[in-house]
Amino acid sequence: MGENLPRVPGAQLHSSHSPIRTLRAKMVLLGSSGVGKSSLALRFVKDEFKSASPTVGCAYLTRVVHLSDVTLRFEIWDTAGQEKYHSITPLYYRGAHVALVVYDISKRETFARAQMWLNELQKQYIQGSTVMWLIGNKTDLNQERQVSVQEGRALASDKGLLFTETSALSGNQTTELLLALAHRVYEGVGAQQGGLSEWSVTAQAELHHRERFNPVASCCKVGP
Amino acid sequence: MEEEGQRAAVSWDNSTLAPVDRLRSDRAESPTPGLVEGTEPGAGQKSAMFVHAQSFEDLTGETEEEAQTDAELDKSEGESAEDLKVLVSEKAIEDQCNSISTESRSKEEDVSSEAWRSHRKHVFVLSEAGKPIYTRYGTEEALSSTMGVMMALVSFVEAEKNIIRSIHADGCKVVFLTKSPLVLVGVSRTCQSDKELLRELQYIYYQIVSLLTLTQLNHIFQHKQNYDLRRLLAGSEYLTDNLLHRLDRDPGLLLSAVTCLPLASSARDVVSSSLQAAKAKNLVFSILLAGDRLVTLVRKKEQFLHHIDLHLVFNLVGSSSSFREGEGWTPICLPKFNTAGFFHAHISYLEPASELCLILVSTDREDFFNMSDCKQRFLERLSKRSAYQALKEALKSPTYTVAQVGIPELRHFLYKSKSSGLYTSPEFPIMYQSDEEQERLMGLYQDLHSCLHHPSRPLRSFYRCSEAENLFAWVTSGFELYLCFSPLATKALAVSAVNKLLKWIRKEEDRLFILSPLTY
Ligand SMILES: Nc1nc2c(ncn2[C@@H]2O[C@H](COP(=O)(O)OP(=O)(O)OP(=O)(O)O)[C@@H](O)[C@H]2O)c(=O)[nH]1
Ligand SMILES: [Mg+2]
Repeated sequence: MGENLPRVPGAQLHSSHSPIRTLRAKMVLLGSSGVGKSSLALRFVKDEFKSASPTVGCAYLTRVVHLSDVTLRFEIWDTAGQEKYHSITPLYYRGAHVALVVYDISKRETFARAQMWLNELQKQYIQGSTVMWLIGNKTDLNQERQVSVQEGRALASDKGLLFTETSALSGNQTTELLLALAHRVYEGVGAQQGGLSEWSVTAQAELHHRERFNPVASCCKVGP
Repeated sequence: MEEEGQRAAVSWDNSTLAPVDRLRSDRAESPTPGLVEGTEPGAGQKSAMFVHAQSFEDLTGETEEEAQTDAELDKSEGESAEDLKVLVSEKAIEDQCNSISTESRSKEEDVSSEAWRSHRKHVFVLSEAGKPIYTRYGTEEALSSTMGVMMALVSFVEAEKNIIRSIHADGCKVVFLTKSPLVLVGVSRTCQSDKELLRELQYIYYQIVSLLTLTQLNHIFQHKQNYDLRRLLAGSEYLTDNLLHRLDRDPGLLLSAVTCLPLASSARDVVSSSLQAAKAKNLVFSILLAGDRLVTLVRKKEQFLHHIDLHLVFNLVGSSSSFREGEGWTPICLPKFNTAGFFHAHISYLEPASELCLILVSTDREDFFNMSDCKQRFLERLSKRSAYQALKEALKSPTYTVAQVGIPELRHFLYKSKSSGLYTSPEFPIMYQSDEEQERLMGLYQDLHSCLHHPSRPLRSFYRCSEAENLFAWVTSGFELYLCFSPLATKALAVSAVNKLLKWIRKEEDRLFILSPLTY
């Protein structure tokens, strides 16, 4: 089994509305195709499990988590693991407050791929600005396990990340993971000056404009 | 059987969606006064078209060219028949054991088996270096030597300064489409013409381009001739599989047209204007689908969406459940618009369990939040009106029965308005409910279509009696009509049915077609 996350006292996923601040936290899910990123995202968002087809491009979902003194609005970018979409993933991990790198404990090659993602991410990030988490998914397939808990934990501690094993299918550790992420991101990133921006309906488009970097980079021009 | 020749041969997949003025001069006089293109039932008002062919290939009439070279092909048949035997009857496939299939495709099939060989239509895609890229049945690894033979054939004939088009042997047709850097091969036991088979291969080509762009494909193979393209296509084979399935089943792909959700025009107009109002700087197309049917399409002025591109979008949305959760955001190349670049499509359902899917196509890959915002504005506008309720009601009866038309012995029909690029068709009656029967009927329509659009001897009308049904097809400059009658029908009855049916479609056109397409 993976590392059990402590249940956090004072944190609830569903609580009544209160006039506390809502902060936006950008989360990105990375990893090979088929490791269960979309399934984890669906656990985070609806606490459901459904088999779906591979993600096309990217999927955007949101989930609000109420902590005792703040509300976090996770804006989740569930990327596609297929190689043809690899070149567009920087769009999504750029500026992320939380990066989850996922592998499938029953497929060793996905673990190797996770290491590649970690290397790519670490080129981009200054320690402390992003909560990075390594996730070994599909613990329900323990019988077919190819990557041991120790290996996962060793890789995580080597890179200075947190580590959890989950099962999107059974829901094992998924709620705990989301809560732990919320606390980490609030305490770590949120405490910094300008770490997390406040959420309001109108802020959406503006923030997006701030994030733009190279509008010329998009390649398709409309015209005859 | 009766045939009427048509002097001016208009290439069908150009004529359907091309602008009226460009083709009018090429056309024969309309046989029915008052039914000139643009005035036929289902034609949009103001002769404005919502989908419209305007791409380099349409302008140059690519298929026309292909038709002309058909004559040359017949010459090479004799020589190639021997080679084909090798290809078709190949038994020993050495590479089978070194296959390194890591992908979990459910098409593991013994490629040396009789069952594999007896599939009605095989499709293979390979690189110019002869590397397998796609096979409809079996795995590419197991077929690498077969693909090698195909490539040898292609290069053998090319060396002779002939471009190989097709081989006919043993009740089997092999059709080649060379679209550098890809080579597509179709092996068919159906009676479809070479031209129809080529058209299907073209669709597959566009499907692949739509995932990667031609620019990227060229780039890859220029750098590494031997590149294994399956790496980049991994996980998308299902799109090609589904497209091939659609080609056998969907009248829209045969007619180069799309069909609409029947909806009162007042409601449709509100939906269209709500979409029109939810515009953004880089938004080019807003498309609302109900399953495989178009509810409406709003486009930027001067920008036209080709029916092939629209079918690729239908195929993408219809083949994937991944857009069901949250909002999808994906690069997509619309190859008939531009093979060089990606558009970025925001794809989401209006409600969780709804069939209504909104696709917003932008030119900017950073436009996600703007598109998301457009969707919100559209929804807000729409839900204030009663039109949304009418739309949801319409979803409950997305089709109609042929009985509603009230023509005795008529079982089914396809009617396409050429100027709008839209078609209408009733649901399949009970005797064509099974998959097999539906495919058989589609096969009959395909035959009729081939005859009407024969590259050198096109027909204007065609009546055919077969064992289980009588068929009548008629094409004018304004429309194409395919009717399926019970065997009891006579030709006289069929001809009189046409007028009755056209009257009925005229009466219903408000509901069945998009008569007032909008632009932003
Ligand atoms: N047994 C088991 N299967 C899972 C689990 N999570 C996901 N799956 C299955 O694994 C397959 C892939 O899951 P997805 O969530 O679509 O994988 P993904 O990482 O989003 O894949 P891409 O979108 O292609 O990158 C599906 O068939 C899921 O049902 C899990 O925890 N246990
Ligand atoms: Mg996914």
